[in-house]
Amino acid sequence: MKKTATTKSAPKPKTKASAPKQETKLEELQAIRERKTVLMQGNEAVAYGALDAGCNFFAGYPITPSTEIAEILATELPRRGGVFVQMEDEIASICAITGASLAGAKSLTATSGPGFSLMQEGIGFAKITETPCVVVNVQRVGPSTGMPTSCAQGDIQQSRWGSHGDSPAIVLYPDSVKECYELTIRAINLSEKYRTCVILLLDEVLGHMREAVRLPDMANVRVISRIKPTVPPHWYKHYDENQKYLSPLASYGEGYRFHVTGLTHDQLGFPTNKATEAADMMERLRKKITYNIRDLVQIESYKMEDAKIAIFAAGIVARAAKSAVVMARKEGIPVGLLRPLTIWPFPDDAVRKMLRDVDVVVVPELNQGQLSREIQRLVKDRSDSKLIKIQRVNGKLISPTDILRKMKEGI
Amino acid sequence: MNNYEIRLSGSGGQGLILAGIILARAAVLDKRRVTQTQSYGPESRGGSSRADVIISDQEIYFPEATNFDCLLALTQEACDKYLFDLRDTGTLIIDTTYVKNLALAAENTFELPFTDIAIEKLGSPITTNILSLAFLVKITGIVKEASLKQSIAETVKPAFVALNHQAMQLGFDLAEKYGK
Repeated sequence: MKKTATTKSAPKPKTKASAPKQETKLEELQAIRERKTVLMQGNEAVAYGALDAGCNFFAGYPITPSTEIAEILATELPRRGGVFVQMEDEIASICAITGASLAGAKSLTATSGPGFSLMQEGIGFAKITETPCVVVNVQRVGPSTGMPTSCAQGDIQQSRWGSHGDSPAIVLYPDSVKECYELTIRAINLSEKYRTCVILLLDEVLGHMREAVRLPDMANVRVISRIKPTVPPHWYKHYDENQKYLSPLASYGEGYRFHVTGLTHDQLGFPTNKATEAADMMERLRKKITYNIRDLVQIESYKMEDAKIAIFAAGIVARAAKSAVVMARKEGIPVGLLRPLTIWPFPDDAVRKMLRDVDVVVVPELNQGQLSREIQRLVKDRSDSKLIKIQRVNGKLISPTDILRKMKEGI
Repeated sequence: MNNYEIRLSGSGGQGLILAGIILARAAVLDKRRVTQTQSYGPESRGGSSRADVIISDQEIYFPEATNFDCLLALTQEACDKYLFDLRDTGTLIIDTTYVKNLALAAENTFELPFTDIAIEKLGSPITTNILSLAFLVKITGIVKEASLKQSIAETVKPAFVALNHQAMQLGFDLAEKYGK
């Protein structure tokens, strides 16, 4: 398979370097469109997942280590009739994707820690106004600007509690390039279905890691879009309580009139201070998550059937944990891995079952205990199970041997 | 085959991450499983730089190379830093243009002044990455030579494909001559 380019050894002297680069890029894009097996970065997989899920609006402010997502969507969205806007900052970005969604777009933004912090107010606004949108946070070491190109899992609790006030959270956490693609589609689907801001957490290493991936044919991609109202405009309620907490959503410009505010509101969207209406709204936000836990929670269980020791890990750390499981099993130690793909709502039931079944739980994480505190919350049911914490915040990964060593020391 | 772990190391600007991508893409063409990671950041503008490629027929879990089957070191600093993580049976390839002291001689050590050769034969040090990568591929046989050739064509800018193929061929020839 000789490329035509290989025979063109002498390029025209005036050719700018950028023009041929485009050519290579196009060949690469062509291979991806034809759904061949290609080498792909986690961030690229997020971008293609967004496109396949029907995302047609991106507003963002590029930031390492998430930049490739914006870079690809800047090329691909306009070509497909979508919109790409580079905003002045992250606050504007989250506001723009919320607004675009209210106008009917499937919208997404991508950022990292510092930008994610800025977006918190807007995320709360998207949640209280029940506006579908997706925020991808490729985590890096914090606090503040921290280490832009180093890996951390420091935003696990922020993705749950970052915005003020009680609000629901759906947060997904992939551990491979393929899963970056799949969970981006799922994030957009869930945002449309549950009318909320869904967050996709990535680790820096995963965002930049390359693996062989073959994207599925579009016929095998399940895409969910928001339910549109069927009632006449004057009957439309923007937050209809009679719809199992998943009420239809009209877009601006379709003839339906509705009011959107960050203030606590009634069914029609107008501000209210009435205790009963306020309680109704808050219950509605809570129940649409808690009543659908089964639909939302996804976990992977690896060699847990006969395990006496369980490792609980997410994202890139779960990859190290899986290697550690394989290594430990070779030595005859019965270890398994429980990995949440949905990190919020937290998989309480699966963790409770794990705590019943095993004697020791190992929680490796690239932060100072954000996951292990959730395990600790649930460990109270069984006070005799032992918790081994492995924490690292220096930007380096936890390796399989690190986990194995700490595990052996602890048991 | 079990995981085959390769670390390409040197200093920022030597094109090691590009070499890693090319190697990984060649493995994809061979229909193998592969992960490629890198040190990314300020290091890529001066300090030490590395790219890890793991090639396997099984699912690869942990994506960073920890016990290398093959280490390519283009600078003294990289060689000193990573040499001790090379497996006993591993292959060590060093660029003697920059690596002057070897703390520990591995069983399979190949020493060639890759940068000097690139300057002399190809007129510039910029193809040292491809030259040494081709040498590595020929010595280890970790990917097919044809796959490497195609991967280079798919990865580098079209204007530089011919030059890089020339460097690749030179790397193969050197391995033919000095390997074993």
